Amino acid sequence: MTVDNGILTARETGWDIIAPNLTITIFGLLTFAAVIFLLFIIGERSSVKAQEWIKYLVFLVPALLLLGIGLVYPAIRTLFLSFMDARAENFIGFDNYIWAFTKPEILIVLRNTVIWTLAVPLFSTTIGLAIAYFTDRMKRGAWVKSLIFMPMAISFVGASVIWRFVYQYEPNLNKPDIGLMSAIAKAIGIEDPPIWLIEAPMNTFLLIAVMVWIQSGFAMVVLGAAMKNIPDEIVEASMLDGASQWRRFSQITVPMIRSTIVVVVTTVLIGTLKVFDIVRTMTGGNFETNVIANEMFNQAFQQRNYGTGSALAILLFLGVIPIVAYNIRQLRRERTER
Amino acid sequence: MTQVAPKREGLKLIQGRRKVKDAFSSPWASFFAIVIAILWTIPTFGLLVTSFRPKVDIVTTGWWTFFSNPNVTLENYQSVFLQGNNVTPPLSQYIFNSFAITIPAAVFPLTIAVFAAYALAWFEFKGRDFIFFSIFALQVIPLQLTLIPLLQLFARGQFAGIEILPDLGITGTYIPIWIAHTMFGLPLAIFLLHNFLSQIPRELVEAARVDGAGWFMLFRKIIFPLSIPAIASFAIFQFLWVWNDLLVGLTFGGGVREIAPLTIRLAEMVGTRGSGWEVLTAGAFISMIVPLIVFFTLQRYFIRGLLAGSVKG
Repeated sequence: MTVDNGILTARETGWDIIAPNLTITIFGLLTFAAVIFLLFIIGERSSVKAQEWIKYLVFLVPALLLLGIGLVYPAIRTLFLSFMDARAENFIGFDNYIWAFTKPEILIVLRNTVIWTLAVPLFSTTIGLAIAYFTDRMKRGAWVKSLIFMPMAISFVGASVIWRFVYQYEPNLNKPDIGLMSAIAKAIGIEDPPIWLIEAPMNTFLLIAVMVWIQSGFAMVVLGAAMKNIPDEIVEASMLDGASQWRRFSQITVPMIRSTIVVVVTTVLIGTLKVFDIVRTMTGGNFETNVIANEMFNQAFQQRNYGTGSALAILLFLGVIPIVAYNIRQLRRERTER
Repeated sequence: MTQVAPKREGLKLIQGRRKVKDAFSSPWASFFAIVIAILWTIPTFGLLVTSFRPKVDIVTTGWWTFFSNPNVTLENYQSVFLQGNNVTPPLSQYIFNSFAITIPAAVFPLTIAVFAAYALAWFEFKGRDFIFFSIFALQVIPLQLTLIPLLQLFARGQFAGIEILPDLGITGTYIPIWIAHTMFGLPLAIFLLHNFLSQIPRELVEAARVDGAGWFMLFRKIIFPLSIPAIASFAIFQFLWVWNDLLVGLTFGGGVREIAPLTIRLAEMVGTRGSGWEVLTAGAFISMIVPLIVFFTLQRYFIRGLLAGSVKG
């Protein structure tokens, strides 16, 4: 290894770390493939009668085991931990929940989460709906949609870097701005733009804008597909009746894709409840921008308080339950209709 | 419409059709759509332009001045990509980690999910519907709800507060991350693949059964080949999801730098005061390049997967 002012060149450090990592990756993949291969050999060679129970063992049991250990058990355990103290040793009743609803910082966290879950679905769905309607049958609409959909492929962390750059604040009034937001603010006559990411409550809405930027594309794609399914005849009939654009949109398009709108709103809502990366990367949860998902991580893994961390996770889940119940009812209904 | 329809009616209909088309491609609607598309792209574009500008230019002028004074350099990329120091490896190391995490974390859940979807769609047994609905419901369990118990299990072999396993010695390797992603990816994967597999014609399956194909051969010869398009759609989904993930990597990576994916490094770079925009913009773009390539080349499959999951009926 050559050390040059503390800077090592990549090739020399890299390989030492990569070699064992590469080995374990290839080993992992090969082992997995070998097990599957073996199971199929055993399965195909066994008698018809034996296959009747081996098939459950091979095809169904692994998934159920993983779901049981990975989701069902931890969820129950977390509920249990939420009634215990920081180190999961003593039962303390509802103290963690009382803490959550009385501590001022946590109340701000809860308030912000409510704002996020109202604002993101509302704005994303509205914008998505508008663009889907505008680009429906638009000539060369594909690339327009592509560009709006693109943020979906970018990680929340990447998106946060992009937007931190947009919100970059220049404290020295004599220096030119490098942040787009400040530059625009000055261009339209705001001499002294605010410190975008620090001043509450504006900063929460600036973070929300990032999530809306990502989710609008999703809403647009799903709603656009639903609009394509509206029969031409219905639209034509309304045109012949002389209905205006707005009336056609509000009285034909929207009602006909109502169930899809509900799906989009719930999907975006669930995604928003869990949002963690954006807050963590943009402000670290400081300056009154914190949300439950991020605070849960802080409590559990930085403060090492499993009790409060679990209680926050349960609160997050309580927000999702009504949506789950509604979706299951929908699914049941569809199944019986089929 | 009958053939003897009066001529006037037919003409009216044609005029109607044309009118419909005109109204749909209203110039105002297109104009708005284009404006929004440009607005949506500017932030990413600014990042891309900045990543190619020399450091001096980045800190003294806005990226939009680039066009009046174009100054291009690859230095930013060179420095983040190749140079590490005693504490942090260069970004190329993290790129490797991202692949080493993402590929198995897409292959494992997909395989197990397609198995389960096959069982739930074609095996007939008691409680099948109950299991299917339960898996559907599991989709919405927030990751946060599972982190503490799972971490205790992986790191200390603790199950329900009791040590049932010896220290597995897998902390600080990719293994906990792979397993966690596999567990979390299963519900959606099973749900989507089940929707697809249950639509395979019953005659096809029954014919194979009559010909003497067992359940394993049926899967290998008929079900699997037919479900490849659906698997491809979901593979893209899972790939992007894992590649872009931060939370699972942070929690199950054990804070070990040697196995951390790009997202963790990028978040860390944002956090440290020392990282200037020349490093951040190049780093961010490196982390985005793989998903963007996947996205633009396989967009159709991606959208298909997305729609299968959201638009029902």
